[in-house]
Amino acid sequence: MAAPRQVERPLSPHLQIYRFTITMAMSIIHRITGIGLYAGTALLAWWLIALATGPDAYAFFLTVAGSWIGKLVLFGFTWALANHLLSGLRYFWWDAGLAFEKKTADIVSWSAAIGGVVLTIVIWAAAISLRGAM
Amino acid sequence: MSKKDMRTPLAKILHLGSARSGTEDHVVQRATALAIAPLSVFAVVSIVALVGADYETAHAYVANPVVSILLIALIGAFVLHMRIGVKITIEDYVHTEGLKHFALLANSFFSYGIGLACIYAALKIGFGS
Repeated sequence: MAAPRQVERPLSPHLQIYRFTITMAMSIIHRITGIGLYAGTALLAWWLIALATGPDAYAFFLTVAGSWIGKLVLFGFTWALANHLLSGLRYFWWDAGLAFEKKTADIVSWSAAIGGVVLTIVIWAAAISLRGAM
Repeated sequence: MSKKDMRTPLAKILHLGSARSGTEDHVVQRATALAIAPLSVFAVVSIVALVGADYETAHAYVANPVVSILLIALIGAFVLHMRIGVKITIEDYVHTEGLKHFALLANSFFSYGIGLACIYAALKIGFGS
């Protein structure tokens, strides 16, 4: 019985071999923000359960949400939602067989990336201006 | 009449090939996304409007039947959407059989658990005095 011969087989290229493209970055970010939002649903559940439980539980929720770390998490959640939403709209376009041109796909992806940041700032500006300084 | 079967004999006895249900996750993912897009805008606008509001105001707002129904619809679509999203991520990256099945099960428990908790709370707010 001869030992199996070790052959140096070529491996498929990994991430570092590819040039950066916005479509690639947005694809990765889409998945990461999706997982972030998945974990963030626990916050939505906490908000609703606190509201269903009573004033004390709700006050505790507001204290945590209003702390600097709470605001940071909520800000991240807002951006993840805005980015995932706009980024996700691209898939409807692509499902319809549209916007596959390299240049078009890049423009659409950059728009989603920038739009996500703009939308996040707009939402927070609206929240702050509606209720004064938080 | 019969369509030409492109599968090899080995693939046939291994039951490989289309089970006519391969696109279900994809279709549900897009359908729920279509529902979530406008509903999440509504939820964000609502939450922004409730920033700084006291308990009674927030409770009365969510207790409004239209708000309750829209929130429950959002949560339902959200749960289905996020369960599939994480399911396909696990299927992409976790290749150890046992661990994969454990992760898929944990994913379903978390997703449906969150959904159940949110819907129960929303109903309690809506039906409560």
